[in-house]
Formats: sequence, C-alpha cells, structure tokens
Amino acid sequence: MQREQVVAKISEILIDEFEIEPEQIMPDENMLETLEIDSLDLVDIVVLIEKHFGFKVVTEEMSDIDTLNDFYDYVHNRTAS
Amino acid sequence: MVGCTLDVSRKRIFQKKQVRPLGQAKYIMKRVVITGIGIYSCLGTNVDQVRDALFQGKSGIIMDEVRKKMGFRSGLTGNLERPQLKGILHRRDRARLAEEGEYAYLATVEALEGAGMDRDFLADGEVGILYGNDSSAKAIIESADLMREKQDTMLLGSASIFRSMNSTVTMNLATIFKLKGVSFTISGACASGSHSIGMAYLLIQSGMQEQIICGGAQEINAEAMASFDGLSAFSTRESTPQEASRPFDAGRDGLIPSGGGATLILESLESAKKRDAKILGEVIGYGFSSNGDHISVPNAEGPARALELCMKNSGLDLKAVDYINAHATSTPVGDMKEAESIDRVFGDVKPVVSSTKSMTGHECWMAGASEAVYSLIMMENDFIAPNINLETPGKEAENLNLTSKTLEQKLNVVISNSFGFGGTNASLALCRFSE
Repeated sequence: MQREQVVAKISEILIDEFEIEPEQIMPDENMLETLEIDSLDLVDIVVLIEKHFGFKVVTEEMSDIDTLNDFYDYVHNRTAS
Repeated sequence: MVGCTLDVSRKRIFQKKQVRPLGQAKYIMKRVVITGIGIYSCLGTNVDQVRDALFQGKSGIIMDEVRKKMGFRSGLTGNLERPQLKGILHRRDRARLAEEGEYAYLATVEALEGAGMDRDFLADGEVGILYGNDSSAKAIIESADLMREKQDTMLLGSASIFRSMNSTVTMNLATIFKLKGVSFTISGACASGSHSIGMAYLLIQSGMQEQIICGGAQEINAEAMASFDGLSAFSTRESTPQEASRPFDAGRDGLIPSGGGATLILESLESAKKRDAKILGEVIGYGFSSNGDHISVPNAEGPARALELCMKNSGLDLKAVDYINAHATSTPVGDMKEAESIDRVFGDVKPVVSSTKSMTGHECWMAGASEAVYSLIMMENDFIAPNINLETPGKEAENLNLTSKTLEQKLNVVISNSFGFGGTNASLALCRFSE
C-alpha cells in the first residue's frame, strides 16, 4: 500500500469512525492534542488498524509516535513489511 | 380531604427539624416530590405516546420469528426499536452505552427536560443517580464471542467493559450528564426499578441528597432473555401476541419479556419550590421485604410484609388508596400470591387493581420504575389503565377489585408493587401533591 493510500485511509477512518472534524487533521502537530485523543481512544485505534490494515499493533512501537505523520509512517512501514 | 390525607403526626414530622444532641448527626425528614418523568417503552417513546396507549389499552407485544430460529420456546416479546443516537451523543458515549443504557438515556433526557434541569444545573449542582438494572447480557456475550475469535483482548475495544458491567447505566449517565451526587446501580431482579425509587426517596428524605435521577432499564434482546425462556416461564400464545399477556385471567399461560427505560426525577420539596418546578406527585411510602423462601416461586407473606411496611411508612389509612398497580406478570402462581397478599393487607377495603403488564409484558429490571411512571401518568390525567385481556378472572381474582376497562377517575394515592427472583419485594406509595 502506497503512503498516500495509507494517509487517505487513516483520514477516512478518523472522520467516519472517530467522528473527527476534517480541520482537526494536522499531520505535523501533536496527534493526541489535535485529535483530542485520550488513553481509551488509543485502544480503539488499535482495533481500527487491525480491522482496516490487517495487522496487530505493537503498543510499545506506538510510544515513539508524536504526530500524525509519524503515525502514517508507522502504518505504512508495517503494511509494507 | 387533601390529596394524600396526611395524618397529624406525619405532618409534624415533616415540619420539624429533629436535632440530636451536640456531637451527633442531625436528622431532617424532608418531603420527597417527583418533578420529572421520562419513558421509552413498547407503549411509546415518550410520555404523551404512552399516556394515549395506556388510556386506550393498547398492547405493545409482538411475535419475533428470529427467536424461534434461535431455539426459543416462545417468540413473544415487547416491541421496541433501538434508538439512533448518532448526532445526539458523542462517539465515545454511544459506544459505551449498552442497549438498556440507550433507553435509559432517552428516558432521562425527557425526565430532565420536564423537571427543568439543564446541563448547567446538573454540572453545577450535586444531583445523584440511582438506577435499577440487573444485566447487560448482550454486551458481555458479544465481548466473549470476539475474545474467542480474535484471541487478543485489546481487540475488544475500549468501550466493552463500560457496556458490560451491571452498573453500565449509572456509570454512563453520571458521566454524560456530569452528575456530582450519589451514583450506583441497584440490582434487585424485577424489583430493581422500585428499589431505586425507594432508596432515592430515603436519601432525599434524610437530607443527604436534594435531587436524584432514578429509574430502571431493561435490555430486550434475545440473548438477554434466552435463559429466562429456558425456564418455560413465557407465554406461548404466539398466534395472538396482543392477547398473550393476561394477568389475573384464568386463561393465562406465562409472561412476555419486555424492556426499555423509565426515569423519575425525585427531589426535596424545598428544592422543587426553590426551582419553581412543576410537581407531578409525591413519594410518601416505601416498603420492602424478602421472602426467605424459594428462588423463583413467590409466596404471599413476603409481598404482604412489603405492602404493610409501605402503608406504615406512608402514614396513610388503607382507605386512602385509590389504585394498586399490581406486579402481576401473567403467571398463575405469581398472580395468585400477589392477589393473596393484597387481600391479606387490604381486606374489605378494595382499591381498584390492574396490571399494566397486560399491555407492556414484563419489563423486568425496569418494571418498578416504568410502572411508577405509568401510575403518575394516570394520576396526572385522571384515569386508571385497564388490565386488558381479563376475560375470565382466575379464582384468586375474586377478592380483588380488578378493572378490565379504562376508568376515568381522579387518583390521589397509588400503590405500585414489584417483586423479583430471590423473593425480593418492593411497594411504593405515590400521591397527588398537596401542600
């Protein structure tokens, strides 16, 4: 899956299933703050990644993610591997 | 005669602050009034719809063929649609509400609107919540199925636990409405809703809380009702669903499972007056007991003791009671034992009796709260709802003043009975408000 496809899919998930407003999607800003995500939401992100991208998130790997761009890269790398 | 015929000693208790010596707790007996009601049931999804259905004696029972395919002995059920809350509640809140929580939420929104309590009032005050609920079976079953399929508990999602716990209704509503007062769920089987009102009444009467949201919720899905169906307790009159629930009728053959949500706003009279709230009625008595007997077979002694305690607590004369909303579920033994208990307590005083379960089916954990709401609707609109499908009264009904027709009459005092598995019993006394 191309990175652009990953970005588009994650945006779709955030807007449709997480009910995030499109203007809240700011790739270079802190993801948790701009998307107003709390610790419980992170559990649901894991569920949605498994559902839409077909792999299980390793939570320890998520600890290095700060921005949405980091998140896109993480998902892109996992899908590529 | 005033609305609820308070006797002199009772009036004195309410007017006087009873203060213990220094260093000990101060006890204040406050009057407890009802300032809001909300309902989501198979008779309608708001108070107006339910009022019309009660007056017209409409049944909310249908036949569900899907249950037969699942192996149910009876496919009869109350007919209730799942509410659509997208656009009304945030994603997180919707995900955390189980089916019964959705019904309770909508009933509570209606009750709070009626009571004139907005979000700012709730957030700034110390409003409590005590709600009756005794299962969240479908949420648990879905989580267990997913766990077995995925073999990874993280994939159950964050909301699963908040849907699955017995206290799902109170934990969610307390969060959604930003409540700051008492908050816990009361699980007392099919008397849960009544006990929630009774406990709220006691907490407000004692001065520990000023306003409490109380009520009852009941999931109606097949998964939640399967084990109850397995007891052969449900009617199998499947060809005529609306005639299947027939409390006190000789031809009854079991109950029909039903559900929904019912909410009442209880508050001290001082609080209601201060807010200039419309007062719908007053809670004047609560009685409870346990049978100390069989887990599912009722007796007459336990319910009679709950009724006696309720009447004693109310300070009313038996003759003051205009109407008894019976627990009667349409099972032969249950109806018979309740009839015995009413006859034992009321004797020659024969208030009108009907079971609204003839229309709703058995709303289980919600029933005590919904039947209090139905009774208040009748009181507000000057009628007694009929015990429909009562064609040939059973032998036990000979000593009861049952009505199979809608009666248009003013009600001042109503008793509502609720009994549950394990022999838990509750009786509530509600009266028209009068200074």
